[in-house]
Amino acid sequence: MSRIFVHGLGAVSPAGWGVEKLSAALEQREPIAAQNLARPGWEKPLRVRNVPPPETRPTFFAHPRLRRAGAITQHTVAAALEALGDDAALIQSGARRLGIVTCMMSGSVAYSRRFYEEVLREPAMASPLVFPETVFNAPASHLAAYLGTNGTGYTLVGDDGTFLQGLAVAADWLLNDQADGVVVVGAEESDWLVADAMRLFQRNAIHGAGAGALYLRREKSATAGAELSAVTDSFLFTQTQNRSAAARKMRAQLPAGAPDELLCLGAQNLARPDAAEALAWRDWAGDRRAAKTVLGEAFLASVAWQCVAACADLARSRFSAANISVVGANQQAIGARFLACAKAVSVTGSAPETVDLF
Amino acid sequence: MLFPPPKRNSPTAQPHRVVVTGAGIVTALGLGWQVNAEGFRAGRAAFRPVTLFDVSRQRARIAAEVDLPAELPPTQLSANTLRRLDRATRMLLQAAHEAWTQAGWAPSDNLPVVLGTTSGEMALGEKYLQQAITTPLQRRQQATRIVHYQVQQQGLDLCSAFGFQGPLTNISNACASGANAIGHAWEMLRFGRAEKVLTGGYDTLCQLTFAGFDSLQALSPAPCRPFDAHRDGLTLGEGAAILTLETLEHAQKRGAEILGEIIGYGAATDTHHLTQPHPEGNAALAAMTAACASANVSPAQIDYVNAHGTATPHNDATEAAAINRWAGDCASALRVSSTKATCGHLLGAAGAAEAVVCLMALRGQWLPPQTTAGTTDPACHFPIVREAVAANIETALSNSFGFGGANATLIFRRWS
Repeated sequence: MSRIFVHGLGAVSPAGWGVEKLSAALEQREPIAAQNLARPGWEKPLRVRNVPPPETRPTFFAHPRLRRAGAITQHTVAAALEALGDDAALIQSGARRLGIVTCMMSGSVAYSRRFYEEVLREPAMASPLVFPETVFNAPASHLAAYLGTNGTGYTLVGDDGTFLQGLAVAADWLLNDQADGVVVVGAEESDWLVADAMRLFQRNAIHGAGAGALYLRREKSATAGAELSAVTDSFLFTQTQNRSAAARKMRAQLPAGAPDELLCLGAQNLARPDAAEALAWRDWAGDRRAAKTVLGEAFLASVAWQCVAACADLARSRFSAANISVVGANQQAIGARFLACAKAVSVTGSAPETVDLF
Repeated sequence: MLFPPPKRNSPTAQPHRVVVTGAGIVTALGLGWQVNAEGFRAGRAAFRPVTLFDVSRQRARIAAEVDLPAELPPTQLSANTLRRLDRATRMLLQAAHEAWTQAGWAPSDNLPVVLGTTSGEMALGEKYLQQAITTPLQRRQQATRIVHYQVQQQGLDLCSAFGFQGPLTNISNACASGANAIGHAWEMLRFGRAEKVLTGGYDTLCQLTFAGFDSLQALSPAPCRPFDAHRDGLTLGEGAAILTLETLEHAQKRGAEILGEIIGYGAATDTHHLTQPHPEGNAALAAMTAACASANVSPAQIDYVNAHGTATPHNDATEAAAINRWAGDCASALRVSSTKATCGHLLGAAGAAEAVVCLMALRGQWLPPQTTAGTTDPACHFPIVREAVAANIETALSNSFGFGGANATLIFRRWS
């Protein structure tokens, strides 16, 4: 019986570049300081949580395909490469088949806005260099080009929960032997257009940006720090199913939880958008964490951070299991569950060959 | 649960056969299977001057626009929702209703929906930005525009319209999106993740995309001429195409009429350039080869190829090279056409619409011609279908390639 393990983690967030910075920020539970972002036509700036510049310039920035790439691509590639670790070389050499699943909601919004502004000014002069970067799958394409891999790549677009759908797609590819490993990335970038739009729905929400990545592989027994145990059904918000009902059904598909388990919520500390999720998990006995309250609302990147931080904690044996809860912006409620390898082993009764902490 | 699957599959497990029991299509040729089948069979070009937005300062000024009727099929949508429906959703509902009705499906609690699109309802996103720039303090209708321009909203409206509960998966792999969506749905059925899936693609014309392709000088000022030696670019179109897919067992159990079988799917990524394919078509070849492998057929067993055939110099040269390499000695007997000469390039809907065209051809035993073709590019070692002809065809292969190097191939078999 093959199982799906998390072999690597990667993150770019307002806390900085790397999983360590993400984990440290979430550990402190203190909101990252927000920055001003000018909004054309307004005197008052918008408040956002941007990704700080990297302390050292990543070498991949110099790759020919990445010179003009936008922030969302830089976030995607950085998170994916961190997650792939040493396996990146195996993929580049062709020794390992990689599948790529990138997930986003807003996508390459900065280049899209820039290009359309050029079209409005003078369509005949709009930049042919910018337009191709506006497509949703540009980040996945650049990542594949950097790694030199021609395997299957999907870009999934939807609300926050789409990242967990991406994990399920990746797991299917692995179980069906369509890839040796799959990197799943949730990514967003910052732009005044998105921050402006968010204010229409959540006036006090602060837009964040970045990416999170999980590198999954299929194994027969535990060889890494965390195992993907479950992704619930996706419960849509439709005319006949509101957010609360969808959240309740998602909750019902995950185990009740124990005191030594972690719950990673999508909450933002905003009463109205958090209500359905809070109600669904009101009886949770274990520890709780909410990445968005520290890092801001970064849609699919936020959910990726929830998963990355949870898996990092599981790898450090701080918890035995972690539930991920997503009650998304406007599409679905969906959840996932990861197990620490120690627990995964005790469930199956087989001894691990090795246990790496990523 | 999306994971783990109800029954874990191993590569050695016998995969399910997957059949099509319903198909709906909206293109500039019209609404529905019948009118589109007539148009594609005749190779009737459906291009006209663009009316949806200003193209007066563009090099190209034509496209294949859809005439959408004011009336929608009966749905469960509220009056409020109906009033706010955008163009993309209206096309999607028309196509889905046709497919769903033909299949005879009932609303289901758990009907996976897999859609492909490049930009959802981008025209609303454009309006949002225009207003945000020109009257930044005016917020009227902006929230509605944000909600309805998003890709997931069209799928959600589709689910609400017909009582589907999902899950909803949106694949945005540029111009291969529709083919990837169908391929993903096919894999879900093949590997036992579902018994039936609603799938397809959609895209509407919008100024951003039109100007984008024009900025790349990829648009032709005249109707496109795929695989022509003097081709000078593509012509955009819009539309939606939806298929109802089921496992063969499920379809036969309920006595459904079967329109055709999907027997193969392959996908690959071209890393050569963000917009230009590898000159020798390596990834296109990989996608076609993978599709044949999953279908367990050889190129000699393919009777017709519905090419991606955008009519840009780069795409057609690359695709011709890939088809030549893939077909080898069989190329001279292979019949190929690009139906983009008829309805334009439907972007995220292209792969889905061309899947429906393949089913039409297999059902009707004819080949869809491209009547605009003049002098075939000598790079093509295969004949281009130029006239409406009856033919005995058992299998058809459809290529879809997109920006970012997204390559997808589907293979269909006649159901008899």
